[in-house]
Parts: sequence; structure tokens; C-alpha cells
Amino acid sequence: MLYREAGQFKTSYAADQAVFPILQDRLALALVLVVAFFAVPLLSTDYLLTSILIPFLILSLAAIGLNILVGYCGQISLGTGGLMAVGAYAAYNFAIRVPGLDLLVCFVLAGLTAAAVGMFFGVPSLRIKGFYLAVATLAAQFFLDWSFSRIRWFTNYTPSGSLAAPPLEILGFRITTPSGRYLLTLAIVVVMAALAKNLTRGRIGRSWMAIRDMDIAAEIIGIRPLQAKLSAFAVSSFFVGVAGALWAFVHLGSWEPAAFDINRSFSLLFMVIIGGLGSILGCFLGAGFILVVPLVLNQLPTAFGIPLSTAMISNLENMIFGSLIIFFLITEPRGLARLWAIAKEKLRLWPFPH
Amino acid sequence: MRFTRTLALAALGAAVGLTGLVGPAAAQNEQFIPALVYRTGPYAPNGAPFANGFVDYINMINERDGGVNGVKLVVEECETGYATDRGVECFDRLKGKGPTGAAFIHPLSTGITFALIEKAPTDKIPVMSVGYGRSEAADGRIFPWVFPLLGTYWSAADILVHHLANTLGGYDKLKGKKITLVFHDSPYGKEPIPILQELAKRHGYVFEALPVTAPGVEQKATWLQIRQGRPDYVFLWGWGVMNSTSIKEAAAVNFPRNRMYGVWWSGAEPDVVPAEAGANGYNSLALHATGTSYGVVRDVLKHLYDKGKGAAKREEVGQVLYNRGLVSVALGIEGIRVAQERFGKKPLTGEQVRWGIENLNLTPERINQMGFEGLLAPLKVSCLDHEGGSRARIQQWDGKGWKFISDWITADDKLLRPFVETAAAKYAQEKSIAARDCSKPG
Repeated sequence: MLYREAGQFKTSYAADQAVFPILQDRLALALVLVVAFFAVPLLSTDYLLTSILIPFLILSLAAIGLNILVGYCGQISLGTGGLMAVGAYAAYNFAIRVPGLDLLVCFVLAGLTAAAVGMFFGVPSLRIKGFYLAVATLAAQFFLDWSFSRIRWFTNYTPSGSLAAPPLEILGFRITTPSGRYLLTLAIVVVMAALAKNLTRGRIGRSWMAIRDMDIAAEIIGIRPLQAKLSAFAVSSFFVGVAGALWAFVHLGSWEPAAFDINRSFSLLFMVIIGGLGSILGCFLGAGFILVVPLVLNQLPTAFGIPLSTAMISNLENMIFGSLIIFFLITEPRGLARLWAIAKEKLRLWPFPH
Repeated sequence: MRFTRTLALAALGAAVGLTGLVGPAAAQNEQFIPALVYRTGPYAPNGAPFANGFVDYINMINERDGGVNGVKLVVEECETGYATDRGVECFDRLKGKGPTGAAFIHPLSTGITFALIEKAPTDKIPVMSVGYGRSEAADGRIFPWVFPLLGTYWSAADILVHHLANTLGGYDKLKGKKITLVFHDSPYGKEPIPILQELAKRHGYVFEALPVTAPGVEQKATWLQIRQGRPDYVFLWGWGVMNSTSIKEAAAVNFPRNRMYGVWWSGAEPDVVPAEAGANGYNSLALHATGTSYGVVRDVLKHLYDKGKGAAKREEVGQVLYNRGLVSVALGIEGIRVAQERFGKKPLTGEQVRWGIENLNLTPERINQMGFEGLLAPLKVSCLDHEGGSRARIQQWDGKGWKFISDWITADDKLLRPFVETAAAKYAQEKSIAARDCSKPG
């Protein structure tokens, strides 16, 4: 009923090829954006903004980056944490070494630096695939981790190796409030998500998917693996790099290499897999699931006044969260985005399913 | 149908989740104290006793005195697992609770401390990193909200070298000696390096630093290097399972344990007990004393454990990290008491408590009254000096317990202060902060 399309006629090719061909989808998206931009900053608490929404948005952005590589181009990567670190450290070095550079420019430059590094570590993908590529990207993760804790130039020779981000100044405004930081993150994420959605629908995205589905066949129909694979690594790393810069500057404010360790790579890969490979919506769903569910599980016993020890709550959190992951993967291996797609299909036919 | 059920379950989950974000309402005459703890994960053996001491002291004050001047203390734990992002989340979750918000925060990890230092000025909650954290934060002009009380890692490094000079019979005897630092590869472990390097230049010892990747269970390569390099002394800057592994490896390569010196976070029972006889003779710094023969610990036993209200097992009371938890939170509560004298005997805001901590003056008489006699050295905090004077003793493990082998050693302020001020000024410049003027009453 909600999704009944009766009366929606497509009279031009443009209408047929629209990003969101169904009117309800467009309305829903517009509503979500209005709520996210206007209602949320006004109504929500600082805790919701700083501890849930900001990290959720930034991790979604990183997941989009990883999804471009893993979901759309089929090149598995375990180096996402390292590339986020490249973005963070690059943004830091641009910000403190080039005086007067606007932070937005720093973020873009950080993304470009990460893209260059990502392309470099993507070169082995031209020869190796699957698990072997995963191991090669794992090497990238360890190498980057190592260089940021050992090469002291990157950390501007701070004694402890822990960095503090310079004040957030965008276009002359200094952003200090949680809602300001939230709006900044949201704006960047919305623009980049729209970019990703369009990229994946166009020529480049199609060449990535062709490589993913069968690289030999793709080569035969005239797609050059070198360009397709390396462009996927570059674009993916750009997104991940910007996310890393945001994570350091907007979310943490102060960080050390451990903030971007191998666990970050794993959790991003889980987000992409649980959210849905090859789906932009899935990145948001996956990030929400991996980030928010443990926090909710952790606070439930206290909220209901169940007297459990902190250690018990924490262990329960891990156990329940682990079983939920298994449950969702068994119910729908193609991820939460696929669950949503099925729901949409059913709603379009309701109440007369066949 | 199966799908509808899944969807319904998911919706139910979301609904339950939303109610979870709304906390219960708070009562009025209460002072809220958040406790960031780690009772799970690789650092749990060290995190749990600290957390127990922390919570027990607060509960004891409530049981014995009915709170601080009639204001009841309320504590809530939040598990960080030693992870920085979870620690920041816990801080955001707890900072606004109680009628006046959190009184102060003990981050209990160097990474979380660094992150909260950035948040403290906006949230107006003092960060108390007792015996850890960012060393240059001792400069209260640049870091008004941060209190690395009792001692920073720079003080710790200086005290250790001072002790070596004492045992050898003078700083000139250090010349040509070789000191190796085995450190946890994180900001925590890297903090002492600049001071040890500077002292190496002054006193002519050879200094080498060997990193150990967290959590530190794999150290074979490090100790092979030590066997080859044959240092005269090894300083250990580890945490959690890394400490006991280091001591076991030292025993395996036959490095004399009595020439190993740990920082105060590398000298607790969970660090030495797993190494069994291999730990005998191992030394570490001690910020305070161990055992149950002190007034405050006896009070905890009487008011909590005799009534079955203690957080730990009775035999764990008085251990190093348990007592560290007691001491750490006691300093904050003493800050509340000082602040109450100025702002009134009611629940105070973080801003008011900050003033109290900055004007903390623990004279020997006050320490006696609090029941910390012999446990803690006197300390005096000021706007300029947020460390409050750093003193520590050296303790040695004899297989059953810790014995002091030195008297209180005071860190050399003349040496350290320029380091603190230079590093703080650099931070102020990066963040464009103006230094406070300490001659004005604050």
C-alpha cells in the first residue's frame, strides 16, 4: 500500500533512469534529510549527537568507501583502518604545516593522499585475487600502523605519539558545539554518499561491477582491469581517507595509531558485509548495526534497573551482539539492505501477494 | 511470514533500544561521580582491583559519614575495555547525570585521558589522571582542567634514575652504564622517553628503548635483544599482561630481576604473581603503600566488608591497585570537600569542583585525619603546578609481598619544569590557547 505505484508514469528516459524511480522513495529521502538537517540538531541531546550520530555518520562514510572496493569491485581489503589513519595524519600535517589552509581543503587533500596510498597498495590486485589479496592489504594495514607510530615526522615529534587536532575552523567559522560538528559531518557525508551513488550507476561503476562478476569476461568486452581496479582503489581510499580525517578531527579530537588499528579494519568489513555488499544504503544500515547495537545492549540492564555487575553486562553485550550477527547472516546472507529490498518488494504487492 | 516476524523482532529491538537511551531521574542532594572501568578485556586483571577500590571508597564515605558534609555520593560504572572510543562514549553518557553533572572524571587510560583533555574545557569537568596521562598537563596555566596528581611519567623517569644514582653512590657513577626501557607501544609507554634521553645526555649513561606491541604477550624478540645488549638496568613501562610476560621473559633469559625497575603501573600483584619465583627481587615505583594496616583501609573493611557490601573479595583489599583506586578517588572527593567550603555544602558543578582540586592542600595533619597516614605523601596543588609535587618510593617483591627499599624520592622540579613548560607552550600554540594568569585569584 505504502509503495503502490499506480499513477506514476515514466514518460522520458530520464525519469526511467532516475536514482530513485519511485515517488515514495524520493519523499522518504527528502523527509529523512529534513529531519537530519533541522530536527535532529534542535531536538537531540549532546550524548546522542557526539556518541552516536557523529561516529555513525563517519563510519558510514568509511563503509561506503570500503563497499566501493569490496562490494562493487570485488577486491577484498583489510587495510581500511590504515587508510583511515593516512587520512587523519595527512589532514593533521596539512593543517599544521600549511598555515591558513581551510580545514575543508585539508580534508580533500587528506582524501587525495589516501587515494594515492590506496592505489599504491592496490597494485598487487592486478596479479592476485581473493584471500591472497586480503593478505596483501593486511600488510598495508600493518605497514601504515607501524609508520605512524615510528616515523616521528608524521606526528610532528610529539613525545608520546598522540596527536591533538587543531581547532575546527571551516570557512572562517570556529565550530565548537556538538550540533555544529554534527551538521558539518552530515553535510560532508550527504554530498559524498550522493557522489558514490551516482558513481556506481555510471560507466565507472559498471566497469567495477563487470570486474567483480567475472574479470576475464570483463576484459573480453573491453574493460581494462588496470584502470578499473586501480580507480576502485583510488575512489575507495579517497572516501576512507576523508572518513579518517573526520574521525580524528571531528569525533575524537585527539588520537593515537591505536584508533586506526586492525580492529577498525575488521569492524568496517563487518559493517559492509552485514549491511549488504554493493549497496550504499547497506553501508548506513551496517554502520548503525555495528556501532549502535552494542551501545544499546550495554545500557539496557541499567535502564531497566536490573542489578548486574559491569563485567557481566559487558560480557553479555559481546555474547548477544555476536549471536545477532550470526542470526542476521543466517537469515539473510546478502545483508540488511537486502532485507529492506525484500520488504519493499512485498509492500509494493500488498495486500495482493502472488 | 518468517520475514514479517523478523521485521517485528527488529522493530521491537529498536523500540527497546530507544527506551534504553532515556535514563532514570536523579534525586536532589547527591553528587554524581562517574567511574570509567575495565573489568573485561586484556587489561581486566589490573583494571578490576582499581575499580573495586574506587567504588569501595565512595561507598565507605557514604556508609561512614553519610556522604561529604551530608551530600550523598552516587557512583555509576561504565565499561571502557581500555578502548579510547568507548571511553569517550562513556564520558558523554555519564557527564550530565546527577543534579549537577559529573564532579570529575578519572579516565584510567592514557589514550582516554588525551581524548578527554580535548573535551574537558567545553564540558567543564575536571580530568583527574592520578599517576598517568599527559605529562605537560602539570602546567595548570595551559591545562586548567587537567590534574595529573601525584606524579607524571616524566617525574617517574626522573625518580628512577635518581634512585639508581643513590644506590650507586652518586650521579657520576651512572656514566657508561646502560639502561634499556621496555615499553608498551602506545602514548603511555612513550611518555618517559624524552626525559630518559635528556638524563642520558647529562649523566652519560647509554639509553635504549625497546617497544612491545600491545597487549604485550609476545616479547621473545625484545628479550633476545636484551640478552645480546646486556644492559645494566631494565626499566619496564608495561600494563596488564605485558608486565607479567616481561618478568617471565627476564627470568627466561636470566636477566637479574633486582636490576629491573617498573613504573608504578608495573608493580602490582597481577604483574608478579604469575611469574612465581621468577619475580623475586623485582622492583617497581610505588606512589603509595600497600596493605590493610591503614585507617582508611580498616574503615573500608569495617563499614563495607563486615556487612558484606564490598565490591572485591576480602583478601584483595589492600593490594597495590586496590589501594591506588582508593587513593585516586579520595583525592577527587577531597577536592569536593575543599570546594564545598567555598561554594556551600550542596551538590557542586564540575567547574566548582575544579576550583577545589586546584586548591587542594594535603598537609600531614589532613592526611592523618583522612586515615591515609603512611599510605600517601603530602601534596599541594596550585594553579601553576597541577601535579602537586611528585614523590614515590621504590618497592621490591620478595615472593609474598612488596617491601619498600627506599625512602620517598622527590622528582627534580628544576629539571622537569622547563620540559613541562616547553611542551605545554607547544600544545597551546597548536591549539591557539592563551595561558591563564596565575597571579589572579580564580
